[in-house]
Amino acid sequence: MEYEEARQRIFDTLTKKQKSKSKFYFSDLAKILEIKPRDAKKLINKMVEDGTLEYWSSGSTSMYGLKGTGKQAHTEHED
Amino acid sequence: MKLKHETPMLDELESGPWPSFVSDIKDEAAKRAKNEKNVEYQIPTDVCDDLLGILELSFKHGRTHWKHGGIVGVFGYGGGVIGRYCDQPQNFPGVAHFHTMRVSQPGGKYYNTDFLKQLCDLWDLRGSGVTNMHGSTGDIILLGTTTPQLEEIFYELTHNMNQDLGGSGSNLRTPADCLGQSRCEYACYDTQHLCYTLTQEYQDELHRPAFPYKFKFKFDGCPNGCVASIARSDMSFIGTWRDDIRIDQEAVQAYIGGEIAPNGGAHAGRDWGPFDIQKEVIDLCPTECMWMDGKELKIDNKECVRCMHCIDAMPRALRIGQDTGLSILVGAKAPILDGAQMGTMLVPFIKAEEPYDEIKEVIESIWDWWMEEGKNRERLGELMKRQGLQRMLEMTNQKPDPRMVKEPRHNPYIFWKEEEVEGGFERDVNEFRKHHQR
Ligand code: SF4
Ligand code: SF4
Repeated sequence: MEYEEARQRIFDTLTKKQKSKSKFYFSDLAKILEIKPRDAKKLINKMVEDGTLEYWSSGSTSMYGLKGTGKQAHTEHED
Repeated sequence: MKLKHETPMLDELESGPWPSFVSDIKDEAAKRAKNEKNVEYQIPTDVCDDLLGILELSFKHGRTHWKHGGIVGVFGYGGGVIGRYCDQPQNFPGVAHFHTMRVSQPGGKYYNTDFLKQLCDLWDLRGSGVTNMHGSTGDIILLGTTTPQLEEIFYELTHNMNQDLGGSGSNLRTPADCLGQSRCEYACYDTQHLCYTLTQEYQDELHRPAFPYKFKFKFDGCPNGCVASIARSDMSFIGTWRDDIRIDQEAVQAYIGGEIAPNGGAHAGRDWGPFDIQKEVIDLCPTECMWMDGKELKIDNKECVRCMHCIDAMPRALRIGQDTGLSILVGAKAPILDGAQMGTMLVPFIKAEEPYDEIKEVIESIWDWWMEEGKNRERLGELMKRQGLQRMLEMTNQKPDPRMVKEPRHNPYIFWKEEEVEGGFERDVNEFRKHHQR
């Protein structure tokens, strides 16, 4: 899958789900892209690098969200 | 010296016979208030006071005042920083941000004092001064700093101290090793070299979270297990050998004659009487594979399970074999979901030789399986339970082996498939009835 296409698909799907959910597991993203986790990894890393996505971590688990939309942005009054 | 908050409940924790973290944090609070070294503190000076204050409040309320997780990190890394914010920033501004940084510990935990001093100076300046040496994964844990300090600390660590952040979240966690061949004659492979090589190889897995949950590697040079890999890592690498224990019969006699102290001189604080090889070694061998033949100590090596007891008791008489390598066990974890679990044997013996391609193949096949089939927040050990060992063997291309059976007749996870059985599962009923009545 081309990077731009993948990015758009992630962006659109996550935006649509925004009301109910702001944080996603890595495997949710791989499912959206419909590719194997190992292949999804490169694309998703790139989305973090270019600022489409950001990490959220509880310390034990990591999740991904569209930049600036995570729960923390809300609790920190940054949204 | 008077502290900012009254902490009657925490003070109780100082009253017992043990060293108390409360006293340590109070010391640090007092030290920061005095600031004899004139440090230009980059985060609130009263961070330690407020840390004690918020902890006291949590005790009082019976609930935590830390929020859950956070979005902090250093650029490009999805692990190594754990965001912590408190939910009472007005009363405890010093800990409004109190992020943890995990710093990768050096191999075998070898430091020099220069390094430690540099690290502590950095953390006094840009953090709370409170450290945890070491966390249960092995990392150096720096407790409590603010968001703007993270990149500064990261820059200092990587550029001036040749030091990286460790893992956190759904990553490969900081690999941990025993000191191995650098000091220990029991080491069956070079733990530090393997640990370092795999750490370099799997940088991406360490820093960019894409696993269902955490994943830990640990490297023990021998079954003594100084880093407890068998209990505390999803994948544990334990040194072993497949030839014979080397016996120096003269030294055996020297132990019997009392010329050499057993157990390397340990447990010598009391008079346990003269060393009794029968009682203290031979009778304690778990597989009863040792005996004395006149003046000769004998070992039936094919029955030896490498428990290390005899070697630990008489290290100058008995040595590990020379055809050494390691065993790979998988699936250990602490009791979060359904109880603690020890590692299960996956590869009974594999050579540990550069460039470790065979070992990497096993690792990557496990990851492929777990990344595809593991549920969110499911540890490898739980996936193994859910899908069975047989499935794991298939996915990792390993042949079933009796050494994988934990207890006979208890966990029969080696099943036959129809195509593996000559004649299949169908039988000729007429032929059967010739010999067996209805
Ligand atoms: S695990 Fe074995 S090799 Fe490693 S330090 Fe301990 S005794 Fe030595
Ligand atoms: S290592 Fe353990 S099992 Fe092997 S011979 Fe010694 S005591 Fe027996």
